[in-house]
Amino acid sequence: MSAVIESHGHDDHHHGPAKGLTRWLYTTNHKDIGSLYLWFSFAMFLIGGVMALVIRAELFQPGMQIVEPEFYNQMLTLHGLIMVFGAVMPAFVGLANWLIPMMVGAPDMALPRMNNLSFWILPFAFFILLSSLFMEGGAPNFGWTFYAPLSTTYAPPSVTFFIFSVHIMGASSIMGSINVIVTIMNMRAPGMTLMKMPLFVWSWLITAYLLIAVMPVLAGAVTMMLMDIHFGTSFFNAAGGGDPVLFQHIFWFFGHPEVYIMILPAFGIASHIIETFSRKQLFGYSSMVWAMASIAILSFVVWAHHMFTVGLPLAAELFFMWATMLIAVPTGVKVFNWVTTMFKGSITYETPMLFAIAFVVLFTIGGFSGLMLAITPADFQYHDTYFVVAHFHYVLVPGSVFSIMAAVYYWIPKWTGNMYDERLGKLHFWLSFTGVNITFFPQHFIGLAGMPRRYPDYALQFADWNAISSVGAFLFGASQILFLFIVLKTVMGGKKATPQVWEGSRGLEWTVDSPAPYHTFTTPPKVSL
Amino acid sequence: MFKRATTSISNKLFALLILLISSNLFAAWDDFNMTEGVTAISKEVFDLHMLIFWICVVIGLVVFSVMFYSMFAHTKKRNPSPSTFHENTKLELAWTVVPFLILVFMAIPASNTLVKIYDDTEGDINIQVVGYQWKWQYKYLEDDIDFFQNLTTDWDEIYNKTPKGEFYLQEVDEAVVIPAGKKVRFLITANDVIHSWWMPDFAIKQDAIPGFINTAWTVVDKPGTYRGKCTELCGKNHGFMPVVVKVVPEDEYHTWVKEKKDAALRMAELTTKDWSANELVERGEAIYAKNCVACHQSNGQGIAGIFPALAGSDIALNDKPKHIEILMEGVQGAAMASYANQLSEVDLAAVITYTRRAWGNAESGDGQIVVPKDIVDYKL
Repeated sequence: MSAVIESHGHDDHHHGPAKGLTRWLYTTNHKDIGSLYLWFSFAMFLIGGVMALVIRAELFQPGMQIVEPEFYNQMLTLHGLIMVFGAVMPAFVGLANWLIPMMVGAPDMALPRMNNLSFWILPFAFFILLSSLFMEGGAPNFGWTFYAPLSTTYAPPSVTFFIFSVHIMGASSIMGSINVIVTIMNMRAPGMTLMKMPLFVWSWLITAYLLIAVMPVLAGAVTMMLMDIHFGTSFFNAAGGGDPVLFQHIFWFFGHPEVYIMILPAFGIASHIIETFSRKQLFGYSSMVWAMASIAILSFVVWAHHMFTVGLPLAAELFFMWATMLIAVPTGVKVFNWVTTMFKGSITYETPMLFAIAFVVLFTIGGFSGLMLAITPADFQYHDTYFVVAHFHYVLVPGSVFSIMAAVYYWIPKWTGNMYDERLGKLHFWLSFTGVNITFFPQHFIGLAGMPRRYPDYALQFADWNAISSVGAFLFGASQILFLFIVLKTVMGGKKATPQVWEGSRGLEWTVDSPAPYHTFTTPPKVSL
Repeated sequence: MFKRATTSISNKLFALLILLISSNLFAAWDDFNMTEGVTAISKEVFDLHMLIFWICVVIGLVVFSVMFYSMFAHTKKRNPSPSTFHENTKLELAWTVVPFLILVFMAIPASNTLVKIYDDTEGDINIQVVGYQWKWQYKYLEDDIDFFQNLTTDWDEIYNKTPKGEFYLQEVDEAVVIPAGKKVRFLITANDVIHSWWMPDFAIKQDAIPGFINTAWTVVDKPGTYRGKCTELCGKNHGFMPVVVKVVPEDEYHTWVKEKKDAALRMAELTTKDWSANELVERGEAIYAKNCVACHQSNGQGIAGIFPALAGSDIALNDKPKHIEILMEGVQGAAMASYANQLSEVDLAAVITYTRRAWGNAESGDGQIVVPKDIVDYKL
């Protein structure tokens, strides 16, 4: 793909950013909003991470040492909610804001004011959620999956604030998704047909449709909770003729697409980075697109694999088992394509590539345990044990989170105009890689040996692996301080980056200067292939 | 070309896989691996788990060896000019179809086992299992036996004040007793929130859901004590409600049933006995420690905002009828459950009397005691 850009000759000093705090408050610039999202997500990553460390510290040894079971449950609930809705999702939206307009040759997102709104309501949502820690009765303590009736009849009073905060997060996600879809559908540069779009753009187009489809379902679930708690309905209250299992069906009809929402953009990122540092065109572009679309469609018909033990009829168990196993096919295609892209390439190992390779390997391991979990009879043993915890942390931490870190290292020269410190970047990678595996690999063993998840204390035979896992968690946590330092150092200065940045990079964002000017592609580039 | 190479590698690895499954080498790794369990079903589940595991290992080895080979051989240094191929329809078709066939190969045994698990022929013995925050109730439907199962691990052990015993967090006051070699069906439900009854050695994990009755069955031939857990987050003491099942020879089971029935008769006699306040308080303290401390705490102070204090509470001080009503009916919309079916009349009377007299309540309130007859009268 090549592009022709018209350099604009006129003096554009009045196009620059405003000064001071109001620049960030009033901004409608996709780059500013992208940065806001990314910083917000990093702050949430640290807060959610500290909560994870509270959990791991308590689990370092059998017995209750640091917190009470009541507070422990609040920590595991908030950790889950914050990491899913506060860290991973906003980080991907931040990347979408920064990259999609530049990748499709658009001057900005299609709906810039809504873009501002969708970001600025988020801090309020999380302020409300976190403030529940200081309320009477404590923060939500029913797990991020908030199964009724534990989250309704038996919930602390702060559950109402939780519901409000989830509504705000949902509104933010829906607005963000509308923006992504409208931008991609209407603002691509002339010549960029759908099947010429960069894969990150494709992955986000599909993700945005998933979000619009399922966020209202989540909103419905929490609204029904609200009605049960305050307005005397009995949607989920068996005593009133309601159905607690209905909650789980609704939740997972949202929840399963949600887990793909958190991984599809990662697929896009990995594809770009692997082809860049292999110096070879991505293998199987169109099968990558079809694989993502198939995964997205299948994600709507597998939700009950989270519910194999609720007492579904045999026919339902068989259907959801088979449908879930089927997801391995398109996922496998993606992994094979990445591996084949590297095959006979000309590979170098800069930090983004290290993270991307680790992503492929460790995500695949998470995929394997996912396949095992799909086998219903075996799931009766795995379900709600640490095996599940190991599984979803493998796809989320060295999966989604590593892809986000890879993306930051890969595009930060474009964002700041400066190269990051390669030596420190690699150090960060190796510390994170080691930490993540020490943390989560032993959790497979703990789970298979029989330790349930969401336990504040455990029988003595689980002690050794838990201690190792906790050590790994602190290593992983500490190495993220290094990440913060590297990013700040890069923002402040460093070796100047060229527009191309990487030898093998391709795509419109690499045709503009580094750092990218405040306004790019005010005149659309012509895309030819 | 490399495709042919990988298939021959995978053939060899597959042979190795069969070898490993047939040997019992990995069954002993209890600290690493799933238990094989003691029933025909649990052994089948274990084999299924190992089969899928080894298939994943083989696929992983194949994919990652190609990847690691490229990472080693196709670096910029060793391969300065990259190839330009970027699609190959046959190859892409192959790696869509072959995984699909492997999945079918996995789905067949998995579906067969699942059908066996869903066998709904009648059991010899039917036991209703009810999850409560945070204990289990068992009702033997044929024999009219009914009891609760509580954790017996001391809170001092949990809070590291005394050394932890061998069955730390896995010991209970009363095990579920079932006869060896008989088909036992569990009818699983819950009284408050969702719990999940898990017995790894039988490969049974079934959610206990208020308003639903789920079933699971097992036939255990090997007598012994088996330990399981609650596996659905059910509130603060989710980690503290283990399951213990004792499998005994059939004649021993019948002896146990008889003993339980005799004990029930003795309990009925206690109801008509003339109780003194001190006797009630003494009995009530033990009942309180078992059933109430988790929320209301041993000092009767509760937890602010969630679980009300009993010490100095107006109901505990001056309102005996309301006090009885709360124990019997529970509190709508709150965590307080009805204890009418959880405790005997004697124990209800004792625990109410205890809470009316402990923590200085006797001195600041009317100090009235509740006798078993009050509870019987309430029920009428």
